[in-house]
Amino acid sequence: MQKVYTKIESIAGNVISVKAEGVRNSDLAIVTSSHGESLANVIKLEGETVSLQVFAGARGISTGDHVRFLGYPMRISYSEDLLGRIFNGSGIPRDNGPELTENLIEIGGPAVNPAKRIIPRNMIRTGIPMIDVFNTLVESQKLPIFSVSGEPYNEVLARIAMQAEVDLIILGGMGLKYDDYLYFKETLEKSGAMSRTIFFVHTASDPTVECLLVPDISLAVAEKFALDGKKVLVLLTDMTNFADAMKEIAITMEQVPSNRGYPGDLYSSLAARYEKAVDFEGAGSLTILAVTTMPGDDVTHPVPDNTGYITEGQYYLKNSRIEPFGSLSRLKQQVNKDTRDDHRALMDGMIKLYASYKESQEKKSMGFQMSEWDDKLLQYGDLFETKLMDLSVNIPLEEALDLGWEILAECFEPKETGIRSELVLKHWPKSAS
Amino acid sequence: MARNSGRVTGVNGNMVTVQFDGDVSQNEVGYILLGEQRLKSEVIRISGKIASLQVFEMTAGISVGEKVEFTGLMLSVELGPGLLTQIYDGLQNPLPELAQQCGFFLQRGVYLQPIPDKSWDFTPVAKVGDTLFPAQTIGTVPEGIFTHRIMVPFDFANVAWTVDSIRPAGTYGVREEIAVLKDPKGNKKSVSMVFTWPIKRPITNYVERLRPTEPLVTQVRIIDTFLPVAKGGTYCIPGPFGAGKTVLQHMTSRNADIDIVIIAACGERAGEVVETLKEFPELIDPRTGKTLMERTIIICNTSSMPVAAREASVYTAVTIAEYYRQMGLHILLLADSTSRWAQAMREMSGRLEEIPGEEAFPAYLESVIASFYERAGIVKLSDGSKGSVTIGGTVSPAGGNFEEPVTQATLKVVGAFHGLSRERSDARKYPAVHPLESWSKYASVIDAGKVAYARNILFGGNEVSQMMKVVGEEGTSLDDYVVYLKSELIDSVYLQQNSFDPVDFAAPIERQELVFDVLFKVLGSVLQLEDKKAARAFINEIRQKFIDWNNTARDDERFEMYLREIEELVAQRFVGYERRAAKILQVK
Ligand SMILES: Nc1ncnc2c1ncn2[C@@H]1O[C@H](COP(=O)(O)OP(=O)(O)OP(=O)(O)O)[C@@H](O)[C@H]1O
Ligand SMILES: [Mg+2]
Repeated sequence: MQKVYTKIESIAGNVISVKAEGVRNSDLAIVTSSHGESLANVIKLEGETVSLQVFAGARGISTGDHVRFLGYPMRISYSEDLLGRIFNGSGIPRDNGPELTENLIEIGGPAVNPAKRIIPRNMIRTGIPMIDVFNTLVESQKLPIFSVSGEPYNEVLARIAMQAEVDLIILGGMGLKYDDYLYFKETLEKSGAMSRTIFFVHTASDPTVECLLVPDISLAVAEKFALDGKKVLVLLTDMTNFADAMKEIAITMEQVPSNRGYPGDLYSSLAARYEKAVDFEGAGSLTILAVTTMPGDDVTHPVPDNTGYITEGQYYLKNSRIEPFGSLSRLKQQVNKDTRDDHRALMDGMIKLYASYKESQEKKSMGFQMSEWDDKLLQYGDLFETKLMDLSVNIPLEEALDLGWEILAECFEPKETGIRSELVLKHWPKSAS
Repeated sequence: MARNSGRVTGVNGNMVTVQFDGDVSQNEVGYILLGEQRLKSEVIRISGKIASLQVFEMTAGISVGEKVEFTGLMLSVELGPGLLTQIYDGLQNPLPELAQQCGFFLQRGVYLQPIPDKSWDFTPVAKVGDTLFPAQTIGTVPEGIFTHRIMVPFDFANVAWTVDSIRPAGTYGVREEIAVLKDPKGNKKSVSMVFTWPIKRPITNYVERLRPTEPLVTQVRIIDTFLPVAKGGTYCIPGPFGAGKTVLQHMTSRNADIDIVIIAACGERAGEVVETLKEFPELIDPRTGKTLMERTIIICNTSSMPVAAREASVYTAVTIAEYYRQMGLHILLLADSTSRWAQAMREMSGRLEEIPGEEAFPAYLESVIASFYERAGIVKLSDGSKGSVTIGGTVSPAGGNFEEPVTQATLKVVGAFHGLSRERSDARKYPAVHPLESWSKYASVIDAGKVAYARNILFGGNEVSQMMKVVGEEGTSLDDYVVYLKSELIDSVYLQQNSFDPVDFAAPIERQELVFDVLFKVLGSVLQLEDKKAARAFINEIRQKFIDWNNTARDDERFEMYLREIEELVAQRFVGYERRAAKILQVK
């Protein structure tokens, strides 16, 4: 169907409507205006009236501009040629490489049948003790970094990506600052990881609608590679911008907002994306690590709140550290039983002691007397924060566990740690006792 | 009767408007014909000649003018032997069979037969000439560990049906005729082992509803002792994300002392269902010696599956529960999470442009939640036996704040409230049920006086701990401090329970009674403690013993040893019983 419609009935926000026949929901169209061409997709049908969201934005579109329906939904080319390339949210190259048109796949495909899923089983090593020891990342996990703006969340994301032993990295940038975009690009190039990376980037200055497409396009490609046996890591930053773009469209479409202006289907929309994380039996896997900035450092804000209800834990980034409280990997118990015999006990024991340290610290700040025990805890907390929590620490899990024992031995008697005696006997540093 | 058809006039998200010719009824099922595909939908509003349908599938590719076929039937489930051990989506599509046919992904428009075509050993109960009413037993088949009653279909007219013919004992296919019934006017109807029932209509074939008084043992101490649930009762578990709602329900689904468990995974993570799916067929249920799967049905409409089917899933679950209740069985329905179901209603209501209520939930939210929980209950059946449906739903309040419409509407109708607290889960005090804010209207298995006494200490300890934050430990009296320590003791050795410990994860009721009695004696004792340091050291020692005891299996020889050691420890410092405790124990 190649009929061209030349009468745009209404323009509101980035949504236009035309009267047309035989158009299918979700299909693509090309809108041609004096500013050039833009893709658009159908988001609503009402009698003859077809509403479309214009990817490049409706600014400057005139009622007499042309709309041509393509008769198919949003697609992206899938092949090894994608590797090392950079695209925008509509799948158009942002680098100087050629446009890819072969082997097109649809985006936003159906969900995986729960009966076909398997229990996650492989740890992803990052070299960051706060992750590896305390909140282990697992292949096929979906996990956001909850961050206050201004925290080095993109650095953390890049670091995990560089260190993770995966076959392929797909970076979906939404509302990315141009500097951050360059930072990712340079970091990946420098480390030689660029050749196994695909970028889908929407920067802060690009049209809003393209921001909406980034997760779907990134995940569609990732899913395909995973089906082809690859271990894929998808990085999405920043999902709060994605949610805000959804909010914008919802308001344009005059949907009733549910909470602080966000549409009622915020949960379902976020879940549809995050649930793409999967481990395919007999093939590859798809792991999602996302950034969710928390407006006003408020974890109850609808975006982090809905995200927390969907994902399998979260890393809480605060004061340039991954906080032990608030951070959670819900899949850690699937893998930390097989790493080392002291992993679980040390993880629990050290966090409980750190919680006691926080209490002592509070007591101290209120001017209450410090006991001998309080002093030990204060020393411990300090060592924990500098030697393990600091983000610059980069050591393998086993070394981090050993370091944990050393810190304990420096501050406590074995029986004060609350850790099972047999483990203490085996792992307590010989020099200390 | 020739059924109606219509044409699509609009598509908005998962709602489609259809112009139709003849008559269409509310909640009737229609199919949108999209090439080869038939997309299942339900009529949710009729206005003039336009019907609004919620589509149980993704609506991409639908265009105006597409043909719609109406079925004249309401959204229904199939009922009959073979439901147990099944894994269905919200519309009763069997997911493993779907996977066999379609592979990794769910394919829209594929609807498979819910009840597998299988043969069953039928034993007739009724004889030719007997008269039966709907839901009365025609015969039985053994379904795993249960005697499955083959009943007069519930949708038969409520009159005395005469058995015209019935097949002798033998093996028959599930859809084969096993009897012919005749109504008083002589109209004959054939009956097989399977029939259908509309999910949004409660099954009411019972003599009377009874008050839920019999405890439903979950083997979670804080619940059974302090915040009990009754068979045929209702309860809810609200809590912020990550507080432990799913883990708590998962443990309950494993350990609850009940005949059948139906898990409705409603709009939550698919990964969580997988754990149940893979574990239950391996876990032996000590009560039956069979795997847990044999008493379980999973209705699974996870968050990335179509939203409209999510709305249907809780009704599918409760209808199957009511069906088994009619066999004199006790069923526990666990829904995780009811908020996702409410959100599905909200999405639809928004598309219908209804006037929104608080947080954009529809104005009828409260009544819909109330009528869902109303489908729980314990009933007396026509043969005198009793059956029950208990409903436990999690609630996922926005921002973890219970002052929101779904939590509030739920609290109005349920019999017990197990509120999870962020503070407790952060401190890794699991299960993170808040002991002071939660409540239950049902009776505990443990003596009410003792429970009240312990609760008092919890309240008292909480007050002291608040006060200590202001005046410090040094500004607190020894007596107050001891109350505080005792409340901490209850918390750490009784309220907290390690779900991942091979022994502690389930506390049978006899064990709870024993442990609580021993604990009560500690709580009720006046102890000789010189100062706070001694008090803390003493309580720590007791605590350690209790924890070791909790982690020791009943048949382990150390079980009695720990018990003795605790009693000896207390005896060393025992001065006498506190006045109210003495009264409860009927000692001086
Ligand atoms: N009883 C428990 N014992 C030990 N750990 C627990 C317990 N309950 C919860 N946890 C820990 O907390 C994590 C989150 O629990 P769970 O998935 O039940 O939360 P939830 O309340 O269902 O969250 P959501 O609303 O996001 O689904 C678990 O993965 C586990 O690590
Ligand atoms: Mg949950």
